Amino acid sequence: MMAPPLIELVDLTFSYPEVQPPILDRINLTLQQQQQLGLIGPNGCGKTTLFHCMMGLLKPQSGSIRFKGKEIVKAGDFFTLRKEIGLLFQDADDQLFSPTVIEDVAFGPLNLGASPKAAIEASHQTLTELGLDHLEQRVTHHLSGGEKKLVSLATILAMKPRGLFLDEPTNNLDPETRDRLIDIIAGLGLGHIIISHDYDFLAATCVDLAGMNAGRIVAADHSALHTHHHLHPHGSHPHEHGDH
Amino acid sequence: MKFETFSTADSFLQRLDPRVKLLSSLALIVVIALCTTFAAACGGLSVALLLVLAAKLELKLVIRRLLLVNGFVLFLWLTLPLTYPGTAAFTLGPLDFSREGIMLAALISIKTNGTVLVLISLLATSSVAALGQALVKLKVPAKLCLLLLFSYRYIFVIHQEYLRLVRAARLRCFKAGTNLHTYRTTGYLFGMTLVKSHHRAHRVRQAMVLRGFQGQFHSLYDSSVGKTEIGFALLMLTAVAALIGLELLSRISS
Repeated sequence: MMAPPLIELVDLTFSYPEVQPPILDRINLTLQQQQQLGLIGPNGCGKTTLFHCMMGLLKPQSGSIRFKGKEIVKAGDFFTLRKEIGLLFQDADDQLFSPTVIEDVAFGPLNLGASPKAAIEASHQTLTELGLDHLEQRVTHHLSGGEKKLVSLATILAMKPRGLFLDEPTNNLDPETRDRLIDIIAGLGLGHIIISHDYDFLAATCVDLAGMNAGRIVAADHSALHTHHHLHPHGSHPHEHGDH
Repeated sequence: MKFETFSTADSFLQRLDPRVKLLSSLALIVVIALCTTFAAACGGLSVALLLVLAAKLELKLVIRRLLLVNGFVLFLWLTLPLTYPGTAAFTLGPLDFSREGIMLAALISIKTNGTVLVLISLLATSSVAALGQALVKLKVPAKLCLLLLFSYRYIFVIHQEYLRLVRAARLRCFKAGTNLHTYRTTGYLFGMTLVKSHHRAHRVRQAMVLRGFQGQFHSLYDSSVGKTEIGFALLMLTAVAALIGLELLSRISS
């Protein structure tokens, strides 16, 4: 028997109070357990809102969310979902609030009931795997933008999720950190949805691509990602595009 | 903005379990605050000074903080001798300086400095996060502890938001002056800081909830009450008892 999809949205509709039309308009979307989906769409089309509804931060007016084949009905169900799906915020500063890196990474495991010793071990392991163990004792708000992004990813990975939602992860990253992020995501092999405006990044990290516009999924295309050649400044310098 | 100036030094007071420090400082401060005789007040101040020495704090920073506090005490010296009824110690033109007023101002000065020094040596030597956790362990209502921890966390965030806006204004050649434009801009800056901080606080909370936060902080570094803690607690208990004795004795003799 095929495993149920990791997450499944049926006719999900959400609107902010007194704003018309709804920001999410009867969204239907399925993410299989290992599926790697890119989500692309103009600013303000509801991508981030969609993530927040899927994680239970916002309450949709109608429609349903199924997690591993079971419909989510009460707030407690989202706790189970959040244990297994990690959301990386657009702004890493929103995600890091503990004084030191190790404390922030250990925050999730501690909340899941790990002992302080086990939490430190898990955090240390995660940071080492991401090549960030040298940052452990650093103060979070003194990190560079790239370091902050990678550390916030570590805070989520320390909870050993089964799936990831990444909200514009490459914003403001230098090419080097961006490549590092691509390597990390490829190495994880988790199911994920990535919101991005960066086609090359999506091509390197996702198999499927969905478009979103004005609160609707406009094209959920399988295997639509391809490399393409284009003109851009600095193109004559040696550089790489993600390919698939 | 710089906080926790004193919590980074290294002495046994910094390493002491914050629970013991919280309770000791509470006991000391209550005694110092309630005493009415110079003997007990000076005794309290001496205990506080000894604690500051034991904490190996940078004296320059301690003095700077004391100056700040004594700025307020200065107002008492300016008002109490003139307003407190009693016999005149000396007169200056039409103004009578009462002996009782001067004594009271002196007593309050000693008590204030003693209290502040106890706070600096015992509480400021722990990080706010550690104190918050200690309060939780001492069964102070969780909501109050969270309030303390979050206020502390967000002071940085709010300050950063504010600085970002000030920078943005400066980069567009804003110069503060005495005019309506400045007042309006400052108003906008504060207003926007408030709104932006509120939004950020909301997002930080969301991020915490997504990582399984259920209203309870778990400590990573489990502190424990050992021999040093018990020894220190006994020492403080003796000091408190001595201060109470001193107070009672000098009340009887006066």
